[in-house]
Amino acid sequence: MGDQGSSWLPDAMSSVARDVDALFNFVLIVSTILFAAVIVSTIYFVIRYRRRSDQYVPERIKESKWLEAAWIILPTILTMIIFTWGFRVFITLSTPPPDSYQITVRAKQWFWEFEYSEGATSTSDLYVPVGKPIKLLMSSGDVIHSFFVPEFRIKHDVIPNRYTSVWFEATEVGEYRIYCTEYCGQQHSMMLGMVRVVTQEEFDDWLDEQSQDLPPVELGERLFTQYNCQVCHATDGSRLIGPPLNGLFGITREFDDGMTAVADDNYLRESIVNPGAKVVAGYPNAMVATYGSLSTKQIDALVAYLKSLE
Amino acid sequence: MTEMTPSVSGNSGTVNYLNHDKSIKSWLLTRDHKRIGIMYLVAISLAFLAGGIMAMLIRLELLSPGETIMGPDAYNQAFTIHGVLMIFAFIIPALPAILGNFVIPMQLGAKDVAFPRINLLSFYLYLGGAVITLSALLVGRIDGGWTFYAPYSVQVGDSILFVTMGVFVMGFSSILTGLNFIVTIHKMRAPGLTWNRLPLFVWSIYATAIVQVLATPVIAITVILLFLERLLGIGIFDPALGGDPVLFQHFFWFYSHPAVYVMILPAFGIISDLIGAFSRHRIVGYRFVALSSIAIAFLGFLVWGHHMFVSGQSALASTVFSLITYLIGIPTGVKIINWISTMYRGSVQLRTPMIYALIFLFTFSIGGFTGIMLGVLAVDVHLHDTYFIVAHFHYTMLGGNVIAALGGLHFWWPKMTGKMFNETLGRIAAGLIFIGFNLTFFPQFIAGSRGMPRRYFDYPSEFVGLNVLSTYGSWIMAAGFFLIAGYLLFSLFKGKKAPANPWGALTLEWTHTASIPEPHNFTVTPVVTRGAYDYHLVPEFYAGPSSGDGSSAGLATQEVAPETTHEK
Repeated sequence: MGDQGSSWLPDAMSSVARDVDALFNFVLIVSTILFAAVIVSTIYFVIRYRRRSDQYVPERIKESKWLEAAWIILPTILTMIIFTWGFRVFITLSTPPPDSYQITVRAKQWFWEFEYSEGATSTSDLYVPVGKPIKLLMSSGDVIHSFFVPEFRIKHDVIPNRYTSVWFEATEVGEYRIYCTEYCGQQHSMMLGMVRVVTQEEFDDWLDEQSQDLPPVELGERLFTQYNCQVCHATDGSRLIGPPLNGLFGITREFDDGMTAVADDNYLRESIVNPGAKVVAGYPNAMVATYGSLSTKQIDALVAYLKSLE
Repeated sequence: MTEMTPSVSGNSGTVNYLNHDKSIKSWLLTRDHKRIGIMYLVAISLAFLAGGIMAMLIRLELLSPGETIMGPDAYNQAFTIHGVLMIFAFIIPALPAILGNFVIPMQLGAKDVAFPRINLLSFYLYLGGAVITLSALLVGRIDGGWTFYAPYSVQVGDSILFVTMGVFVMGFSSILTGLNFIVTIHKMRAPGLTWNRLPLFVWSIYATAIVQVLATPVIAITVILLFLERLLGIGIFDPALGGDPVLFQHFFWFYSHPAVYVMILPAFGIISDLIGAFSRHRIVGYRFVALSSIAIAFLGFLVWGHHMFVSGQSALASTVFSLITYLIGIPTGVKIINWISTMYRGSVQLRTPMIYALIFLFTFSIGGFTGIMLGVLAVDVHLHDTYFIVAHFHYTMLGGNVIAALGGLHFWWPKMTGKMFNETLGRIAAGLIFIGFNLTFFPQFIAGSRGMPRRYFDYPSEFVGLNVLSTYGSWIMAAGFFLIAGYLLFSLFKGKKAPANPWGALTLEWTHTASIPEPHNFTVTPVVTRGAYDYHLVPEFYAGPSSGDGSSAGLATQEVAPETTHEK
């Protein structure tokens, strides 16, 4: 569930938003207390020590080294706490989980283009599934823009001739506005977009509608080369880093822990999404888990392609 | 509160820096630091007026979403002109060039700055730079914001060359002013005026001068590179030519962050002088306040990357910049505590300049605390380039620099003109500015943290209420500024004659010069035997107990060189 925002912050609708908010609120509360102390003591001194007579000559106050040291050291400790906390959350913000689903973002004066791994594209509206980490790989076609979604507490500049990235995981279905926050010319304030967070099923359906209707085997073949699977897995029976994948469907596989299983649909799917679960005997457990980010449709297509290999 | 009685030392009929030669030529070719300061005051006030009118237009446009009084092109130019004028033509030169020029040589017991001709040259460089900048309006648009981020700024057109050339020329004015102050402060202090006895305004101008001399060349180099790119097609910042737009940001902030300290350090100095004079106390932690200004000047060179947390610089770099940002924030916070504790067991008098010092403690503290908020890496990601940052830097710049400048202007106005302004109107104006300022900018914190980006011509309807408050506030604030202009100009003609030392302050410009200073400030070079804030020694200096604030005894003429005691 997303948090209700405060009068200071919009609703918190991403997995990191609550961490950022906790930090924001901590600094806000500490600052408010210290600010109140500043103002109250100022007002108190102004009234208590107001000039009563022009003849009065205040005595010189002996300065206390200890007091002075205290008001240097205490703020230092406080700010170091805030710094360390801010650093930890920043690391989370800057590190997309390995199984993030990647969407390519292209910013242009004055709109956003999104390209999904199945070849689907959209303009201004960014469709994402709820509860799944999304990594945006962003670049600009002209000047510098900046991608900002207040409810997700994320922002990153989008630069020409260079990729930058940002990630988020939406926690609730809904619509959240995208702003451009780097001044980019006449229509800067109209360069808006909308993140449309939908359920996984709705997202898959939407992708289905968008992508060209390739038969699953052909789509699977395209993905197989797109993701460079052939670097580790031969389809002609030869041994590479990983086991060859032709003629696999329906045979019994032996694993390095001595167990066996029949290579059915579920086995193939599991081996893509979670390759460490069953490691074929004689091969290293070398495959990374990043393919878990593939959509259901993509995985189905890959499985269909693997089944078709003789 | 009683009005000051005119002092016997009012020098009507005697020669002073205003009446010794009244010809236009004598003003335009003057080498007198006081006259140059006054000329800066006039020129920079005009820049502030122009920038302020732009600000009013911006606020009026934002009164409602969509087009209110102008289209997006006009709006984008308005905020760019506002930023360029306020930063480069107003706030960077304001305190060093106006009050620094007028006050520093007198606080040092010197006849003038070390290089009076260079001082005049830097005034004309400033004037020329401002004219070149504005001439861009004849060539094309002034667009891209005051930060001129490439590649957008490069694509705007040739007008960008005029704007940046103007900034380049004004930069030399800044460098020469800084150089002049460094040499003057080192070489021209009166006998006995040791570093430990210097007024904190001198210390702060010294720290400022270091930044001016060391940082300004970087913006000059950046401008030259921009020229080479635009005129010769050498790819430096524009990715279409193989350049790197993030490099521009590094160069830009390598100057512009230290420039922030050019804006705020002199304000710290003024606030120290004001709180000392109106509390009749030595500034608590004098040495810390003085030396931390120097430390801030140097550390200020190492935090430019905190403007770039979301720009694509490495996360490690961002972390280091965040850490150093806190290191520089701590001495600033400690100064606030020092100023407040200076009032402890003092004799606090709420004259108009002191009211500005108290407003400063309020507004600048908010600016400081929100700066801590923005220094937090993870939170800055959310707040960067929203109205939160707009509110933050207006609280530090307007709430810091300008409020201190108003305090300083009111404080030294009697010395500049020999006239007192109307104290009641002064307090009313301070109140209007305080209320108007907070009403204008506090709602912007909330609009920003709720997600409203800066530099937006149009905005979603959820932000209407906050923007309306902000625009109303700007009207109240403008009324305050016009009221100040009104009663100050009025005081020139109808104001009461000012005594030589209406505030009973202890720095040399008050104790050793006439009501309106002579052309060369001092008849005899003063010999200094005490610190700038040794208010507890007043009875000894002024020979008798009846001179708590120095003025009522009317002793503060140039003839009095109190050297009866020594201290420290």
